[in-house]
Amino acid sequence: MTQVLRLTQKQPVSPRITRFRFEHPEGRSLPVFSGGAHVMVTMRDGEVLRRNAYSLISDPQDSSGYEIAVQREDQGRGGSNFLHEKAQPGMMLQIGAPVNLFGLNLTARKHLMIAGGVGITPFLSQLHEVVRLHAPFELHLAIRSRNELPALAIPDAAQVHVSDEGSRMNLTEILSTQPLGTHLYVCGSARMIEGVLTEASALGWPKDALHSEEFLAPAPGVPFEVNCARSDKTLTVGAHQSLLEALEAAGIDTPWLCRGGACGQCETDILACDGEIEHHDHWLDPAEHCSKIMPCVSRFRGALLTIDR
Amino acid sequence: MTISFNKETFRGDYSFHNSPAAIRRFPFPFDRDEYMYSVNMEPHRATGPDDSVFKRRFDVDEHYLSEMEDRAITLARDPARCQSLPHMRLAGWDLLELIMTCKAQDYPDLFQLTRDGERWRWVNRPMGLDDSFTFLDDSTLPFGPMEYITRQTQGDFAVLDQREGNLWMDAGMVTSQADWSLDFDIGMNFFEWHAPVPRAAEMGIFQRALKFLLNVQQDSPARRLNWTMTVNPRLDTSPETYPEWGPEKRSVTAENVGGRQYLRVELQSFWRLPRSNALAFPIRCYLCSLEDIVTIPKWGRRLHRVIRDLPEDLASYKGFVVNRPLIVDYLSQFDDGQPTSPGIYPD
Amino acid sequence: MTISVPDTVFASRPRHAPLQARPCASALMIADEAGSAALLSLAKLAPELMPRSTILICSGSDATAAIRDLQPARLVEIGARTELPAALRGLLAEARMGLQAYIAGAEDLIDQAVAVLQTAGLPPGAIQTERRGSPARRMQCVHCKAITEGVTSDPYCCPGCSRSLYVRDHFSRRLGAYQGVCVDAETPGIVPEAQEISQ
Repeated sequence: MTQVLRLTQKQPVSPRITRFRFEHPEGRSLPVFSGGAHVMVTMRDGEVLRRNAYSLISDPQDSSGYEIAVQREDQGRGGSNFLHEKAQPGMMLQIGAPVNLFGLNLTARKHLMIAGGVGITPFLSQLHEVVRLHAPFELHLAIRSRNELPALAIPDAAQVHVSDEGSRMNLTEILSTQPLGTHLYVCGSARMIEGVLTEASALGWPKDALHSEEFLAPAPGVPFEVNCARSDKTLTVGAHQSLLEALEAAGIDTPWLCRGGACGQCETDILACDGEIEHHDHWLDPAEHCSKIMPCVSRFRGALLTIDR
Repeated sequence: MTISFNKETFRGDYSFHNSPAAIRRFPFPFDRDEYMYSVNMEPHRATGPDDSVFKRRFDVDEHYLSEMEDRAITLARDPARCQSLPHMRLAGWDLLELIMTCKAQDYPDLFQLTRDGERWRWVNRPMGLDDSFTFLDDSTLPFGPMEYITRQTQGDFAVLDQREGNLWMDAGMVTSQADWSLDFDIGMNFFEWHAPVPRAAEMGIFQRALKFLLNVQQDSPARRLNWTMTVNPRLDTSPETYPEWGPEKRSVTAENVGGRQYLRVELQSFWRLPRSNALAFPIRCYLCSLEDIVTIPKWGRRLHRVIRDLPEDLASYKGFVVNRPLIVDYLSQFDDGQPTSPGIYPD
Repeated sequence: MTISVPDTVFASRPRHAPLQARPCASALMIADEAGSAALLSLAKLAPELMPRSTILICSGSDATAAIRDLQPARLVEIGARTELPAALRGLLAEARMGLQAYIAGAEDLIDQAVAVLQTAGLPPGAIQTERRGSPARRMQCVHCKAITEGVTSDPYCCPGCSRSLYVRDHFSRRLGAYQGVCVDAETPGIVPEAQEISQ
């Protein structure tokens, strides 16, 4: 389900982050959601159709509008630049229904949240939920310099670690003092997530208490050809295009949900492969790597690829 | 639309009966002359003829009031048929909102919902209820939100928590089940509660089904049909009460099989709940005796072929292996060998 | 944004792999007499665990000396299995995340200990089990809900309601028990001969 919503507010909250608010053009209420949910924003940028997923940061129970916070990625593929530069209040955009791949584990005795920079966003909606449920929580936000602290509803209880000021997060201590039943959530750069999860595992935290969210953007790469057996077409996937986008441009119907290698919806069978698949997703088991590909983020390098689309 | 509600029982004298209209709208589960366990999931959209069970999101039929009375009897005997682990409270309110909203829209002459902020008023005309309460405030309802609304809604309800890439049976109202126990299964994940199902695991059906269910989205519910056989129109075929209904399974004879043996069809649907991200899993049960089924010639022919050719382990799992010869003999009278048309609806 | 792809445990019955040393801040080891051999093997593979380990030994007169030689941080002995839940809860009161649990011994010891650990908030992923010794099971009667310890035959007689129950291959981690269902519900009085539970 997708709705066309009006951009009603656009407000910078830090040098690189801007907050956007969307409302129904006739003032109707929007579906409520759960903390940690994201929406897919579809942008028509001239000839190019861009789709980016952003965490909702507003109160999940507030149906009057949806808010997101977007960091400008100059090296990105253009979605965040479009929103920062071209999107203006009054503009209509397609916003998908909220989807949650980073929900709170409501059985947790305590929620330990660790955010790096703009990775604070999914926690902002979760905090509303945690407060409403009277659940114990601890929130750490790591930023490089004080001026990166976004002017968003970050609770007073949050512990902000500013590396320029030498107040780096003491991860070992944080992870060693949590009561049984604590769940850890981490959102930030791939490097940060990896660092936190590795440390937690080394300290004996089991996988089922660890949760992370990283929106993968499709990695650019070398253009490649792909044969689509069912639709009997051969396509070329451009350097800055994902396989999913190439399929869509050719009118080949492919289901999708997160476009970030996490939900499994676009999973596609490989029928023939002479070369190497560059798997970038969080979905497939290593055992599935020779038989399946996630077209939203993964690429191919080699002589021949035939997929079941 | 007016529905005339039957006065009938699902135990004791078993006065349950289907009107001719109820027989025609029975969700016959076989779209071809053979059956194999499969995921068979489709969008839960309004489809079929106007009075089809698929037309409204939570189907209400002539058995409504009697089913709700039977549920109340079962709950009075065994309150553990309705349980909700503490973290499922929000999901219970989600479910209440979903059902009230759908029923009020789909059956405006039977149900009304008035919302003034968090102050809600719910009118259930068939059951004679007119209750006002505060949304998300448990203390304003006579039961927990899940129990309150499912005491007024046909079918069993499992409410599944979603976490760790799995679904967990953490709440439910289960009084008309095909031999499984909520009290035992509560807290189990998708694979654990399906452990007794033969063969599906090796066929990879569970992983596929789970992947599908984890991605069910708000406002895009899905559904599937499941089926089994039961002796007598009994809703409470729980393992708890097996000593009560077990002996009845052996009471079938060539003379009474048409009237005693029922095809039991579950319309299962799957709904993403917005506030809790839980998945609601209503399991609506429809019963139809063999002698009523064969009044639809296509169904009589097809059911004979399906039951005759079903692999032994599935017949055993579905609990009718001892009565299968009687059932097949009976149904064979109604199978003239003619081809059957595709699809589930009567010709 | 990670969905852990479900592992391929289909049956509800617990897996009992050999204990393997895992990184941890602290360890809690629980064993009966037969299970203590599994702890000795574990200690041989990972002696560095011992200074971080609390070991709870359940009615294990002969085994305790060998376990004491491992020099765990703490050794707790209890006489009877009935003391296990309370003793465990006491040890868990101050526990922190980073605790890994290792349980070895009879099937029903494992089931009971796992249920207590999970109730205390320890995630299942931090619990390993290895069955040594008796395959005796904890059973819950689905009819009267009585839990019976040490069931070794199928069917067995429920002490709660006197029905003959067969052992359904369906296990609840929450209860730490298998499901027992009336074996002669359809044919009252016809009870098959009891078989020894062998695995």
